[in-house]
Amino acid sequence: MIHRLLLLLMLTLSFNQTHAAFNLKQFDNPEYAARYENLIYQMRCLVCQNQTIADSDADLAQDLRDEIFKMINSGKTDQQIIEFMVARYGEFVLYKPRVEKKTWLLWGGPMLLLFSGIIVLFRNAARRNKHVDMEIDQAALNKARLLLDEEDKP
Amino acid sequence: MTLRGFIPLAVFLLLIALLWAGLQLDPRKIPSPLVGKPAPEFLLPRLDNPEQSINSKDLLGQVWLLNIWASWCVACRSEHPVLNAWTQQDDVMLIGMDYKDQRDDGLNWLKVLGNPYRFSVMDENGRAGMDWGVYGVPETFVIDKKGMIRYKHIGPLSWDDLNTKIKPLISQLKQEF
Repeated sequence: MIHRLLLLLMLTLSFNQTHAAFNLKQFDNPEYAARYENLIYQMRCLVCQNQTIADSDADLAQDLRDEIFKMINSGKTDQQIIEFMVARYGEFVLYKPRVEKKTWLLWGGPMLLLFSGIIVLFRNAARRNKHVDMEIDQAALNKARLLLDEEDKP
Repeated sequence: MTLRGFIPLAVFLLLIALLWAGLQLDPRKIPSPLVGKPAPEFLLPRLDNPEQSINSKDLLGQVWLLNIWASWCVACRSEHPVLNAWTQQDDVMLIGMDYKDQRDDGLNWLKVLGNPYRFSVMDENGRAGMDWGVYGVPETFVIDKKGMIRYKHIGPLSWDDLNTKIKPLISQLKQEF
């Protein structure tokens, strides 16, 4: 048992190391390191598409990480770095696209659907309430009563 | 059944149509924000002569194409014969950019498979490619006389792409000013 636990521990440690190895960037300033981490987790790798450039092992992701590292060290702001990426790769590079003319449907779409759902719901409810006091043909009612009261004959 | 009863069916059919259209899209083809914008400048050494550098500004005033390729790129291999044949029959200002490649590998590729380019430039570390928003080779850009990117094609060019899009666009751009 203790052996297995040790093995597990060693495996866990080795995974951590490989992960660190390909994210390893030395910043002199801890604030820069935090900004770097934040930025690379916001950007999509265009080669693998469902990975951030932090997670991706693609060549391009590697290059983009290096470029972001350089830009941070040369004093560029986060806003400037995001501009740099969007100018080259489009809004798609951001996992959270900015709200603008091209993306309003993306951001507003769910709200639009929610509101149209609510409208349909209320209209249906209103219609149902109206039907409660609908007119019933008295002759048909009497006929139905007669049929119900009639004894079943074998 | 009144007309109202058909609304859910109509919504359903609309949804099917949208999803169907979505299936026809290629998620690898991401619209480039660079189309309609000035082509990024580069100053890069020629592939066949590292001593000589090419400045993209020198190409202003003519309609030209930038084809981004690499010797390690498998899809480029299928595109290459098309480019060879096209540049033999038409007068095309086709410029190559050897992207993240080794010089010897790039030169060898052209020697073996033929060279459709007026010349190729060497983008060894991919930094120029980054400015052009390259994320998957081959990619082809059409640049007009004012140095604006007018079209981007992602993936290998086929005869169909050339005949229906690229060629008509080039003759249209040659007419401009």
